Amino acid sequence: MAEERWFRSASGVPIALRRRQHSASCRELAVRGPRLQLRSLSAATSAVWLAAYGLFAVSENSMVLSAAIFITLIGLIIYLHFVKIDQESLLVIGSLGIQVTSSYASGKESTTFIEMGQVKDVVINEAIYMQKVIYYLCILLRDPEDPQGVSEVVPLFQSSKPRLDCLIEVYKSCQEILEQRKTAPQSS
Amino acid sequence: MVLKVFFPSCCSSADSGILIGRWISEQNSAVILAVVHFPFIPVQVKQYLGEVQRLTEVSVSVLGSWSNSKQEKEERLSKFLEDLGTIFCHEPWIQISKEGDSKFWSCSTLQKHSENPQEEEIILVYYDQRKVMLSHLHPPLDTAGQGAEDASKLSAIFDTVARSQVLFMTDRYDEGPIKLTHWQSDGVEASIIVELLKQASVPACMLLTFLLSLLSGICRSRVLKFWPLSFLWSKLSTCEQLGHRLQHLQVISSNRKAQSQNQLMRKANIFVSLLIDVALGILLMSWLYRKNRIGHLADTLIPVADHVAEELQDLLQWLMGAPAGLKMNRALDQVLGRFFLYHIHLWISYIHLLSPFIEMILWYVGLSACLGLTVALCILSDIIALLTFHIYCFYVYGARLYCLKIYGLSSLWRLFRGKKWNVLRQRVDSCSYDLDQLFIGTLLFTILLFLLPTTALYYLVFTLLRLLVVIVQGLIHLLVDLIDSLPLYSLILRLCRSYRLAAGVKFRVLEQQDGKPLRLLMQINPLSYGGVVETYRLPTYSCYPKDSWASLCKKLFLGELIYPWKHKGDKQN
Repeated sequence: MAEERWFRSASGVPIALRRRQHSASCRELAVRGPRLQLRSLSAATSAVWLAAYGLFAVSENSMVLSAAIFITLIGLIIYLHFVKIDQESLLVIGSLGIQVTSSYASGKESTTFIEMGQVKDVVINEAIYMQKVIYYLCILLRDPEDPQGVSEVVPLFQSSKPRLDCLIEVYKSCQEILEQRKTAPQSS
Repeated sequence: MVLKVFFPSCCSSADSGILIGRWISEQNSAVILAVVHFPFIPVQVKQYLGEVQRLTEVSVSVLGSWSNSKQEKEERLSKFLEDLGTIFCHEPWIQISKEGDSKFWSCSTLQKHSENPQEEEIILVYYDQRKVMLSHLHPPLDTAGQGAEDASKLSAIFDTVARSQVLFMTDRYDEGPIKLTHWQSDGVEASIIVELLKQASVPACMLLTFLLSLLSGICRSRVLKFWPLSFLWSKLSTCEQLGHRLQHLQVISSNRKAQSQNQLMRKANIFVSLLIDVALGILLMSWLYRKNRIGHLADTLIPVADHVAEELQDLLQWLMGAPAGLKMNRALDQVLGRFFLYHIHLWISYIHLLSPFIEMILWYVGLSACLGLTVALCILSDIIALLTFHIYCFYVYGARLYCLKIYGLSSLWRLFRGKKWNVLRQRVDSCSYDLDQLFIGTLLFTILLFLLPTTALYYLVFTLLRLLVVIVQGLIHLLVDLIDSLPLYSLILRLCRSYRLAAGVKFRVLEQQDGKPLRLLMQINPLSYGGVVETYRLPTYSCYPKDSWASLCKKLFLGELIYPWKHKGDKQN
């Protein structure tokens, strides 16, 4: 059972939220950002090559051209593999844990799994960034020594930065599953 | 409450039988380790499980039944399997059945002794048994007994599979009463090369230990402890590096088996690091000795030393004149300049005295590169230190003069203002001086003050030269440290067998079907490369800057001698 809705991110670009319910206690929420546009890629490449050609015309050194090609290739690979995040997803499995995945444009996926025993709660926090107030969803981790304390805050959806309406949807879905563990008869 | 069943993916095509594994009641999860096939005698199964439990300290028991019907559903088999639940009483009794080649299995539980039988959700998690058995979780949690309730759930699962290795030793070709299916049931895996290496390593270790004990006996002998020699050994970085490598060899050649994962990785890392080091050293040596490059190097060494000395002479002539337009005190300038020029003259004479022997010395010293690239780099650093010894001497002279001057100036300045340093109270007190004391003091103060620019300039120039040499040596030592401490074996393991070093797990949701339990695939999430380097870094006698920038600047200003790199094991003075 999957549904997709469109929202806006904090900087105004359109993002898509896809919700899938795999079972009664397992939900997947994925936020997809805009893909890499061919326009911006060609614009960046042409700018770099024009600059390199200008330098070549001034200095008559052909190494400048090969260096420019090299830099463009390496820069593109680094950007696709380490910087551009296509999709960030949250997989909540009640009684097992929460899995946070970021997929990069080159296909690389970086995953973190947090066990349910460590999760205290999932909340929406406010942050003041420059002149704006932005909202972000985060997971609060339990402190082993202090039962009421929070040992760490794990922020989610860092690169797509959805706005409050999208975050509220995600928050509601997560809380439905987290509540199930409170109503469970035995302690986990 | 949700029931989680961890099923090994290798048993997906096994014949019908009963499931054995471990039931973790705090987490309501069952870790299935193997499937026991028909025919079996229940008493023998219980006996076998008791034995396994004794050997592995894992509470292995019969958890449920598994039916894999390749044809239509057999009614008799399902009834028979239900009856088995009464023989091996386990609460809850898990029944998994697979029809034909379907991916979607039906899973149900039988709870006989519960008051309110509720429909609980079942999650089926597939895991790769071999990978989970061989993997090692980071950060390692201390296994403080079985009763650790806060212990991570995943580490319990990894622990269970890893400790049940003896269960995986029987394969289906064994003539025993019990027939099992697990990841090794098609035959126990082993490698001939690994076994041969293991057999050969014992005598090799003993030989190495014997040689090392001889060597360390020689090193510790009284002959080498006399003052000039011991001072020399402590100053040369080559000897330190050799001592460090000797320690490494001792670690590798020890006969005791590694107790924990960390120790095993450390031994392996040291071994691979030594191997690569020696290989690179031999490569360097073969490159150096080809086409008589050593001869060329020796031939260029003397002219380079001469060139450096000539440049220094030019520098001193410049200082003795009017450097940068500043006007120096003629007499002091001439004295200092002539003093340093004479030193350079002596130095050049010594170098020329040595010049016929340089090639031979270099040839033999170059042979020691076969001990490793790090040793070769340390020798290079030592050669640089020896060749620039005169710069070091000049720096010390200049610094001492400047230091004396600064102290004299500060004390006489206090006298000029009528104050005195109270050594007892460690503070400045006022003091009444006699007239003649004041007179002499003020005179000396003015003399020192007007001689300050000259001394300061000499000090500045030689400090800069010394800092340059120190930076070059520091860079070489940084490289040596890098080669020493990089855990190459762990990095190669992370590259080739990434499941061995696990930072955690990741779950993938497989195809679902309504009415059937949730299917997940558990995969191992490997540790990042940065994490690997951080966890398995080898400790070194690292040299790191002992002063912060502020204290360094203060020392430079006051003229105290600076030794920017501190070695571990240096006594604090």
